[in-house]
Formats: sequence, C-alpha cells, structure tokens
Amino acid sequence: MPRYYTEEHEWIDVDGDVATVGITDFAQGQLGDIVFVEVPDTGAELTAGGDAAVVESVKAASDVYAPVDGTVTEGNGQLEEDPALVNSDPEGEGWFFRMTLSDKGQLDGLMDAKAYKAFCDAL
Amino acid sequence: MREDEEIPIETATLPLDAWHRAKGGRMVEFAGYWMPIQYEGIMAEHLWTRENAGLFDVSHMGQLSLSGDGVAEALETLVPGDISALKPGRMRYSLLLDEDGGILDDLMITNEGDQYGIVVNGAVKWEDIGHLRENLPDHITLNHNEDYGLLALQGPKAVDALVRLMPEAANLVFMQATRATWQGHAIGLSRSGYTGEDGFEISLPNEALEAFADALCAMEEVKPIGLGARDSLRLEAGLPLYGHDLSPEIDPAEADLGFAVSKRRREEENFPGAARILGHLEDGPPRKRVGLTVDGKLPVREGAKLFDGEDEIGVVTSGGFAPSVGAPIAMGFVPTGLSEPGAAIAAEVRGKLVHCTVTAMPFIPHRYVRKQGA
Repeated sequence: MPRYYTEEHEWIDVDGDVATVGITDFAQGQLGDIVFVEVPDTGAELTAGGDAAVVESVKAASDVYAPVDGTVTEGNGQLEEDPALVNSDPEGEGWFFRMTLSDKGQLDGLMDAKAYKAFCDAL
Repeated sequence: MREDEEIPIETATLPLDAWHRAKGGRMVEFAGYWMPIQYEGIMAEHLWTRENAGLFDVSHMGQLSLSGDGVAEALETLVPGDISALKPGRMRYSLLLDEDGGILDDLMITNEGDQYGIVVNGAVKWEDIGHLRENLPDHITLNHNEDYGLLALQGPKAVDALVRLMPEAANLVFMQATRATWQGHAIGLSRSGYTGEDGFEISLPNEALEAFADALCAMEEVKPIGLGARDSLRLEAGLPLYGHDLSPEIDPAEADLGFAVSKRRREEENFPGAARILGHLEDGPPRKRVGLTVDGKLPVREGAKLFDGEDEIGVVTSGGFAPSVGAPIAMGFVPTGLSEPGAAIAAEVRGKLVHCTVTAMPFIPHRYVRKQGA
C-alpha cells in the first residue's frame, strides 16, 4: 500500500480508491502534546490543500489539510477520547480520517517516504 | 513589505541562549528574544513543576532600580500601591497606570533598602523605562540592569534545591527579598513567582547564569522549563498576562486586581485614573476579568467571543488546556452582572458554541509559603 506525504506534513495511505490520512511523526513532534482533534464529518467534501481537520496542542490550534480531493468516509472516533494517540502512534492508530479519491492523478504531486525525509531534513 | 510597515528589529539572544539549545530547548521569538517554548514537552514540564522544581529563564524581563530622595513617594504618582509602607526586604505586586487608570504594565516592586528594585514585563520594558523616566523627577536615578539575568525556580521542591546553593533562601517567606552571594557573585533573591507554587526568583550577573543554572539542574528535583508551561501554570494560578489579560484599555477594577489599589491610596485618591478606578471599585466596573471552566475537551483560546444566549458579551483573553486540571480553562472579560461564579455563558470556537461556567480563580490552589517553618 503506497504512502505519500505532503509539504504540510500529512501522510496518505492509498488502497485502491480509498485512502487513510493522518499527520506525520515529524508534525506531532513539532506540535507537542495533543489535547484535542476535530476530524471531518462523514460525507464532507474535501479539496486538496483545503481545511480538513484541526489538531490542538497545549499551545495552539493547527489546521490539517486534505492531501487530495475526495469525500470523507470515516473519521477516527478514537481520537475524541484519546487525542494523545496522535503523539504516541501518529502514522498508525492516530490516523485522522478515511476518504475516497476523486482524482488519483493528484497523488503524483505528493512526496514518497524518501523525498519527505529529505524535505524534513532540509527544514 | 510595504513602505509604511515597520522594519522588523532583529530578534535578540539571551545570555543562556546556547545553554537552552544544548538542553534541547525549542526556541521561539518572544518579546523580542529567542526563548525556549519547551524542552521535553509542555505537559510534562508543567506537571514536573507542580510536583518538583522547574527552572525558568526569564532574563527577557526588565530589571530596573530606582534610587534618590523620595523614591517611594515619586513611584506612588504612577502606581496605586502603598509603596511608602513597603518595608526593606518586602516586595509588592503593582500596576503602572496611565492617566486614565489604564494598565500600562504589571510589575513587582521590592524595597531593597538603599534602592527600589522593579521587575517589568519584557515585551513592554522599553515603554516602561520611557514612562518612568518621563514622569519621575530628574533627581531620581533609574538604572536598567541589563548585566543581570533573572531565573525563577518554582515548585514545592524549589526550596530544597535552592538552599543547597544559598542557605538564605530558607529564611524568606512569600513576597520577601534579600541579597545573597553565590561563588562571589552578588545575587538578588526573592520568594515569589508566576506559577502559584512556592518558589524563588533569582537575579544574578549574566556571567554567573550558566554555572548557576547547571548547578541547579544537576539536582534531581530540578528540570529546565519553557515558556509554554510557564503560560499554562500561570493560567491555572489565575494570574493575568500583560498584553493578553491586561492592557491600557483595562483598569485595575476591571482586571479584578483591586487588591493592588492600597487602602491608604484609595483614601487619598491620588493615583493616576483614581476617579475612574475608585468609581469602578465602589459601584462595580462595567466588565470584569473572570475565570472560565469549559465543558468538554475543546480548548477555548484567546480571542474567542463570549455569548450570553444570542448576545455577544465579552472575549477570552487567555485560554488553553490546563494540564493539572485535566481540562480546558480560560480567562476573559464579561459584564459584571455575569461575573459571579456559576454564571453560564458560551464561547465561540470555529463557529461552534462551547458551554462555559464562570468560576472563582485560581483554578489550582496557590501554595505560597507565607509563614516560617510552614
């Protein structure tokens, strides 16, 4: 299952026409202790680069953007009870939402793991 | 950049800059300086300070001293506290007021015997210096002690740690100050702070800061703590932050800081903005700073509008997740009629209304040491 990364530090796992989205380990480390996550409602229409979710650390609220166009099929309900999952397992149990992909061609504009690592190292 | 925009001033570094970075501090721009927002994490640092001892570098703050004949009386023309009654070795929280009674800054004034020490907020220290110089008589000497840094050691184990370096620490109670020496350096020491915990503020020469910070952090009770936890600790303690909860638009009565307007000064009615402030203290101000508990987990932050039903009634001036409370809390201004604990209001966050309840502050009880041996 290929995983892509955005310059806004989201990851997206693609499995056929659906994908799972979260924020990267680098992102959670920058944000610090996460105390609240607002995931999108099922059925929400997302646009690549547009607001999709909000993650709140002790110090600030940050937007999470949609990596591609599509429709939300599920938000991670576990994050409501346990937002710290984003700190402890950002690229696993701490996923934010699942979505359909309207245009798989948009994935070509994202980074693979190697490119993302180089991107973070350069920050 | 547009031509009419101010040219940004380069962010300055504090004497302990390299020390913070070596300790893993994540540096952010604050009050014109690079300062550590956190080391291992705000939550852990906050809870560590409530249980052990946290070392904060607050060297960005302005350390001023005033000397000359009649300093106390001269200062009283600018602040509403009874400075004349302040005995040597005692300190007092006060407010620098503009002529309308608006708050220009909050500050600590210490009677050091031969002079008065003043600690002001870093973000407005240059304005404060200008205001003091402009309004104090020429024969009063004002020094800005830029060759001194300021550390705060806060938490229930702060005294245990500090007495190993300076036995004098044990002799102080809350809001007392003394001079001490450490390895030949002249130190100003007070039992005070900004966390609601017992603790100390230690003023020492820049060249001694690193060795002193290392000596403290070598002790098992002490960890360095960043600005992030400093903010969450003071919020839980119900202490206002200048530039957020206090501003020139707000007077001491509105800020619920009536205790800073001393009895004698109220009777004499001779401090800046006395008519407005005394009127507000007597009849109740139109709005008041209050604490808010927040239903649910969504943090309510600075700038959130407050509602009573459909009516917008006020604004949140500080807010966030409170690690020791385990829930979001906030501070803000509401009409005095809604300022009693228990009043139910709502805060708007991203278009949603979150239920809030006005609550007495502090959110976490203060644990100041007010008596020797306590």
